[in-house]
Parts: sequence; structure tokens; C-alpha cells
Amino acid sequence: MSRLDVRKTYKLYIGGSFPRSESGHTYEVLDTEGRFLANAAKASRKDGRDAVGAARKAFGGWSARTPYNRGQILYRVAEMIEGRHDQFTSDVVSAEGLSTQQASKVVDAAVDRWVWYAGWADKLAQVTGNANQVAGPYFNLSSPEPTGVVVAVAPQDDSLLGLVSVLAPVIVSGNTAVVVTSYARPLPAVTLSEVLATSDVPGGVVNILTADAADVAPWLAGHLDVNGLDLTGVDDASLATDLEAEAAVNLKRVVRPSRPDWAAEPSLSRMTAFLETKTVWHPVGV
Amino acid sequence: MAEFTDPPVVPPTGLDYAPAPESRSVVDLQPSYGLFIDGAFTEGSDGRTFKTVNPATEEVLAEVTEATEADVDLAVDAARRAFAGWSRMPGRERAKYLYRIARILAERSRELAVLESLDNGKPIRESRDVDIPLVSQWFFYYAGWADKLSYAGLGANPRPLGVAAQVIPWNFPLLMLSWKIAPALAAGNTVVLKPAETTPLTALLFAEICQQADLPPGVVNIVTGAGTTGQTLVSHPGVDKVAFTGSTDVGRQIARAVAGTNKRLTLELGGKAANIVFEDAPMDQAIEGIVSGIFFNQGHVCCAGSRLLVQENVYDEVMERLKRRMATLRVGDPLDKNTDIGAINSREQLERITELADAGDAEGAERWSPPCELPSSGFWYAPTVFTGVTQAHRIAREEIFGPVLSVLSFRTPDEAVAKANNTPYGLSAGVWTDKGSRILAIADRLRAGVVWANTFNKFDPASPFGGYKESGYGREGGRQGLAAYLQEGETA
Repeated sequence: MSRLDVRKTYKLYIGGSFPRSESGHTYEVLDTEGRFLANAAKASRKDGRDAVGAARKAFGGWSARTPYNRGQILYRVAEMIEGRHDQFTSDVVSAEGLSTQQASKVVDAAVDRWVWYAGWADKLAQVTGNANQVAGPYFNLSSPEPTGVVVAVAPQDDSLLGLVSVLAPVIVSGNTAVVVTSYARPLPAVTLSEVLATSDVPGGVVNILTADAADVAPWLAGHLDVNGLDLTGVDDASLATDLEAEAAVNLKRVVRPSRPDWAAEPSLSRMTAFLETKTVWHPVGV
Repeated sequence: MAEFTDPPVVPPTGLDYAPAPESRSVVDLQPSYGLFIDGAFTEGSDGRTFKTVNPATEEVLAEVTEATEADVDLAVDAARRAFAGWSRMPGRERAKYLYRIARILAERSRELAVLESLDNGKPIRESRDVDIPLVSQWFFYYAGWADKLSYAGLGANPRPLGVAAQVIPWNFPLLMLSWKIAPALAAGNTVVLKPAETTPLTALLFAEICQQADLPPGVVNIVTGAGTTGQTLVSHPGVDKVAFTGSTDVGRQIARAVAGTNKRLTLELGGKAANIVFEDAPMDQAIEGIVSGIFFNQGHVCCAGSRLLVQENVYDEVMERLKRRMATLRVGDPLDKNTDIGAINSREQLERITELADAGDAEGAERWSPPCELPSSGFWYAPTVFTGVTQAHRIAREEIFGPVLSVLSFRTPDEAVAKANNTPYGLSAGVWTDKGSRILAIADRLRAGVVWANTFNKFDPASPFGGYKESGYGREGGRQGLAAYLQEGETA
């Protein structure tokens, strides 16, 4: 008799732990052929609030790390993704209906994307900050700082490469993140949360909610302790408009929905979208 | 305590200055002004006008046209038509127009300064020495960017956004115009700008300067009016970019209004800046910094240092010295070259300041103002300091936008940072200490877009300005300010 495999329970990732949804709700995740894959936790409004709380708590420490240290930790994440290459490949095969070879390339690209962003940690300030030549005897320096807690709705189709392409640029600069995954294809995100938990990323820096954005995103968009909102993966235009309008309550920085070519090399824009420029003046004199 | 033994505060005697008024004759006011659309002054579509007054005397200065929806349509259309030519013009040619404008602004600087003080109420010393020189400098600075856009940080082929709708406040009328128009034009956009209802005159004089510079028609359009005109402008489907400076409440409404559109948005909103004085502060400079931080421009400054945080062991000394310095401030005729504090810009603003300051009394804070005689007509508010303020008081939380300072104390650097950041705003902050490592540590931890260390209220076109949190998003000034009017081009 063949051995019965031990299946995984797919849970949320909040504050470094793997809770089930407090609502007790789950939903069926199917592969592209319509076959049952798993029951994913269906994150609720309260899970969203818990995730924001965890992200806020983690923000001070994460943003105060040296950029070199953040870069190392993110590089470690890439190492861990690489180490689970086969698992991610099989996740992407079931989620996106790709061949094993195609899916393997997607995982390669996700690792490379993560490494690309990791290297930015200690270069962003040199590229986006500057000394300003003011007309007077003043030292004047502009530096980028992280915006704070950012909620990102991950792309619905590109369940792994799209996900890492929105998540890495948020956290590399010191922001903390609450990610709402692809609703229909959440399993690569759950695997990524297991990677994050074993990569020295402090708990709460990334919080992953498997959920329907239409359920939880409105609460997150209106949450007063959230500073930024990335709507990249919101495909429903009227929902996106509502979320952007709701985000105005505390003037969140908003990235509007888009469907870029995730294989192309990114620009700085996903990082700069969640950076604040701080300019410090001091008189010069003896 | 009580070791500080300077004499108690007394009204300044023997310090009376003879009046030294700047002449108004340099300004040639017209009885009425039209809208500036497509390079020409035009009457409004339905003849509605409003009056703009001198807040120091309540004298009517001129009648100004209230732009209707139809007028805004015309202005946006003119800007759209002008966009093709302006955006395709070589950057070095656009630059020359902006350099021309910068030079004419400098040539006519005295006229502009007097007009600004007449319409706004700010002291001539400030309009002459701060506002107008910066206006000219702003155009000169951004002129130089017009042919260097590929160095703006948005790739090799950045593109302008299109038509920019710009709405500006009344506190620095022409300066805010320059912050908006100079980078927009340098990047190749065309603009429709609405000045504030109570301070439209220097913007209309600027329109004349555009004519003198032979700026192509439609590149700059000025529509005057109140909030409704502004709302019509920012929600106009024909604009690609909205830039607003003003209150956080209106900023929120605009952010909601542009949701779901492709319009790009930058907002420069309110503030409640902490000005932190440590025990080892250079005290003479700190007192001057506190005074300029809150009383510059009558406190009508979004980045004003309106919350003074003083370390407990120097609290008595700071308050004594501050009061002594406040007693020497001269409040009165904005056109008098000796005036430190001019008129409050409008009756409405005076009422807002009065209401909030009264709330300070009602909530138990202790009010102090130096003895000072206020003119009998016009809008005035004496420089005021509240002590015994808690973080829960409205005067510690809400933007007063007037010459009213709230003083709190702290014991440790951690407490100072916590109190400074305890606000939904995050525009600016001040730090006063002679210890370098402390400056850097505190500046690092302040959640504010501009940190002035051992100085305050300094502005420069090369220096990005703008806020964290509910003080808005985007930066004005510097390369960052230019980037707010550009988008990444197609990669080759």
C-alpha cells in the first residue's frame, strides 16, 4: 500500500505567527483545471486589523535596522526561495497552469527579482537623496525614509513573480507590509510566508492575508494606522476607485492598479512610491 | 528655578520708531481685473465679480472676476491647445522663457512686494526680502532644469504630464504661484492656476509678466474665484495633474475627487510643527528661531513652529527671554518697513484664530500677550503664547494658522520625540541643541518632511519641501519638485 501524504494546513501569516482566520472561514482553492488543491484561510476584517497592528509594531525596529542589515536579510529570503525552488515551482504549476519548465523560470525570475531589490537597501539614499545647493550658508540634505505601514493587494494572476515584485520594493526601504494575496491563487504566497518566517525577517514586517480584496481591502484602505496602499492587484475598477477614495481619509500614498510585464526589469517607482523625502537644514559657521 | 534674574517683562519704552512707510505709488491698481486665458485678459462668462480688500484697512483694492465652469473650460482648453507646442519645444527654449520671467520678476520686485503686502497684509519687510526674491529665484532655478529633464531620476526620456490644475493659498500668494508654475513649465506642462480668493492680485500681475515675456498663449492661465472655482478646476476631466496647497480637509476632498482617474496628485497641506529646544540650545538663536518660527507671516505658515517643546530645566529661562523678545515685536501697518507682524489676512481667518485661542483659555491653558496697541480698522491679532498646554488641548492639536504659540515641556529626548510626533501632521519640525550627535538622532526620528536644526523657516528652490502623513504628499523644490510634473517615458 502506497504511503498517504501529509497535507499542509494553509494559514495566514501575521506578526511572525501562522494563525487561522479568527473568523474560522476558509475557502476552496482550485488549480487551473478546477481540481481541489486546498482550503485556504479566508482573512476577515479583524485579521486585517491584527495584521496592521503587527506591521505597526514592527515598523520602528525594521526601519531602524541598518540598510546593510536589511539588505542581508532580504538576500537571505532569496536564498530560502531558491532552496524551496521545487516547492515554489509546483505551487506555480498548480496555481497558474504553467508547464514545470515555465513555472521553474518564473521561480528563477522571482529569486532574481528579490536579489535585485535586496541590493537596493543601501543604495536608495544615494540615488534618491541628495545634498541641495541652497543660496545661503546651510548644510541641506534630502534623504529618503520609509512611509510606514503599507497595504499591498498582490496581482491576481502572477501569483509568485507578481507578489514578490510588489512586496520586495515595499519592505526593502524599511516599510512594513500587509499583503492581500491573489484570491484564486494564494498558495505560492503561503509558501513565501514560510520562507519569510525562516529568513530572519522580524515578525510583523510582512503579514500575509489570503483573502478576497473586496472583503478586507476596504477596511484596510480606511485604516488610520496605514500609510500607504498599493492597489496593483485590484482588477475591479470600481473597487479600486472606492479604495483610493477611502484612502484619502488619512492621505495614504496610493499606487493605482496596473498590469505590468512582470518579467521586465523594474524601475525605482515601486520603491519611491512609499518613500518620504526628509530634508534637514543646519547653519554652517564657525 | 529662579536663578535666572533678568528684570521682568516690561513694555518697550524709548523704542518707538517713526513711521517708515513704503510708497504705494509703485503699484498701479486697476479698478477691476478679468481672467487670464489663452494669453489675454478676458471678462468672465457671466459677469460675476468679487472684491479683494486690504486686510490692514478693509479698503477695497479691486474687483476681481469669479470664474465659472464655462470659464474654467476655456482655460483648460487653452492649456490643452498650448500643451502640444510647449511640450515639444526644445527644453533650452522653454528655459529661456522661464529665465525671462525670473528676470522680469526681479525687475518689478518692489511693485510686486508692495502689491503683495497690500493684498495679503504681510509686512513689507517680508514680501520685499523673502517672498518676492524667492519667487524670482524659483523661476531661475527651474529654468535651468528645462533642458536637463533626463537627469530628474525618471529615466532617459521623461515626459510631462499634460495640463496641470493648480490651486494655491493666500499666505504666500506669489511664492506659492512660483512653486507651482515654475517646475510645471520647466517640465513641459501647461497650467491653469487659481489663486486664493482673498489674494488674487499678484497672480494677475504675474499674468501681465507672462505677456511681457512673450510666453506663448495658453501656457499659463489664471482663473480667479473662490472654493467652487477651485473645485471645478481640480475635478475638470481635461486636466492631467492636480497640485494643491491648502488645508488638510480640502486636500482630502481633492484626493477623493481624483480617485479612479488618471490624474496625478500632489498635496501640500497643514502642519502642527514641533520646535524642540534642548537645555544646551544656543539660546539667543533659539529665541529668535522660536519667534520667527511662529510669528513670521503672522503665523500664516503651514510649517510654522506652533508647538514649542522646551526641556524642563531651561523652561523658565526660555519663557522669560521669549516674552521679553515678544514685547519688542511691532504690530501694525504692513507697508511700514519697521513692522514685524502685519494684518491677519481676512475676517474669516481672524475669527478662526480667535475661536481656537479662546478654546485654549476654555481648556485651561494660560494666555500671555505683550502689551500692544492694535489698529482700529482691519484685521489684527496680537502675538500670543499659551503655557500650561497639554497634548490634549485643541491648541496643541489643531492648526491655528495665526500668531499663537502653544508651549509644552519635556524631560528626555525620547519624550520630546514622542510629543513631536504625536500629531497626524508631519510637515516640519525644529531642533535646537549644540550637540551634533543629538541633532542627527532627533532629526532621524522626527516624522516630518523638513527638519530645521538650529534654524527655522528657511526655504530655497533647491530644497525639497513637503510633508509626511496628513501633511500631504509629493515635494516642491529641488529635483523632487520637478519629478512631480514628469512621468517615466517609454524605454527604448
